[in-house]
Amino acid sequence: MSDTPSELKYTKTHEWARLDDGTVVVGISDYAQDALGDVVFVELPVVGDDVKEGEEVAVVESVKAASDIYSPISGSISQVNELLDEQPELLNSDPYGEGWIFTISPTDSDDYEELLDSNGYDEFCSSEEHEN
Amino acid sequence: MVDFFGWQMPLHYGSQIEEHHSVRQAAGMFDVSHMLPVDFNGEDSQRFLQLMLASDVEKKLNQNGRATYTVMLNENGGIIDDLIVYRLADQTYRAIFNAGTATADLEWIQSKAVSQFSVDISPRHDLNILAIQGPDALTKSSNVFGTTPPEELKPFRCIESNGFFVGRTGYTGEDGIEVLCGTEQAKLLWESLHDMGVRPCGLGARDTLRLEAGLNLNGQDMNPDISPLASALGWVVDWDPEERQFIGRQALTQERTRGLRRRLTGVVLKGGIMRSGQEVLTDSGSGVITSGSYSPTLGYSVALARVPAAATGTCKVVIRNREIEGRLVRPPFVRKGEKVHK
Repeated sequence: MSDTPSELKYTKTHEWARLDDGTVVVGISDYAQDALGDVVFVELPVVGDDVKEGEEVAVVESVKAASDIYSPISGSISQVNELLDEQPELLNSDPYGEGWIFTISPTDSDDYEELLDSNGYDEFCSSEEHEN
Repeated sequence: MVDFFGWQMPLHYGSQIEEHHSVRQAAGMFDVSHMLPVDFNGEDSQRFLQLMLASDVEKKLNQNGRATYTVMLNENGGIIDDLIVYRLADQTYRAIFNAGTATADLEWIQSKAVSQFSVDISPRHDLNILAIQGPDALTKSSNVFGTTPPEELKPFRCIESNGFFVGRTGYTGEDGIEVLCGTEQAKLLWESLHDMGVRPCGLGARDTLRLEAGLNLNGQDMNPDISPLASALGWVVDWDPEERQFIGRQALTQERTRGLRRRLTGVVLKGGIMRSGQEVLTDSGSGVITSGSYSPTLGYSVALARVPAAATGTCKVVIRNREIEGRLVRPPFVRKGEKVHK
């Protein structure tokens, strides 16, 4: 069973989001990192880019394959985790901490509240597993 | 678990990267029973293989217990399959075919064997194959077998003893052996090796290991439309003696006379991960990545690519619409656990 902290919000594309002093920090869930396997490269978003909810903003490459990372909300990319250039494996070892990918200044802060909570996300993951 | 030509196979047993490292640094084992051994017996076995294979079996397997890597071609010189063929005894050979092509291989072989040859062709579905690979593979295996490897088991040699067929061959670029035996023996061997600390490895590590070693994967780096000359396998083709009319020879001769248009080479790149199908832009035109991945030993991406024959030096690989600079290099990328290119 993967770890799903209750203080975070989630998407159906397996990103997590955390509201932190007006900006939203984004990474991938423990469930996602486990499914991807060893992460070996992260293509980070560009700081200052305006993005829409659901837009592809980053790419995570595991040994197996490349996976797109989608922005959970609309806004402007404010920071990227450059540590991942040298240590992409942080996505596996610490997905909710040092493995964060980018932060975004939301266009509308209400968008954050509409994301899935941890229970909703857990339910979504188990329904996905049943389909597979 | 993934479906691999009808076989349920593990991509990894936990961590693909750790499995990879254990083969480079210690010893790992692979259950490759999906591959199909085929035995050739009968007075025309050698004559038949001389027709079917690009290598001169008479010359390369001039003694019992020898093995060689070769390819089986179609009339157009395209690669039907790549394989290792072992000489077990006089007029007795064993070839090991890839799972994905095994059915087609057998049909092709049987269609060519009719009437003109006295050769008995037996697919050995009863045999399991375990590959034990890595610098410690021989020591660990000796401990399990309770005997040191016999002197005659040099690289590309094979021996048969107590129901085990052992070849000093592999697909990882490391020292090691491949063992063929019955299912019960294979289970026992696997468990004993596991107790000895040999790590089980999945298809994922098998792929990154063979790629670092610059070894082609059939169906990906080569196929029936492409010749060994354009697949960096010219060295397996024996042109002498000229009288040996192996299947595909005529087409290869024409290709060689005309001049090679494309060749298979290596690419190294930092700042992205190369994958098959990506375009490679070179000083002599465009090419394509045939196999690409992350190299766990080197910490960056390596690939095999088919490029215009004259291409050299730097290149650009198109990864998600971005052109990332890489360099064309001669495979392998890793030899005996060490980086080959600066």
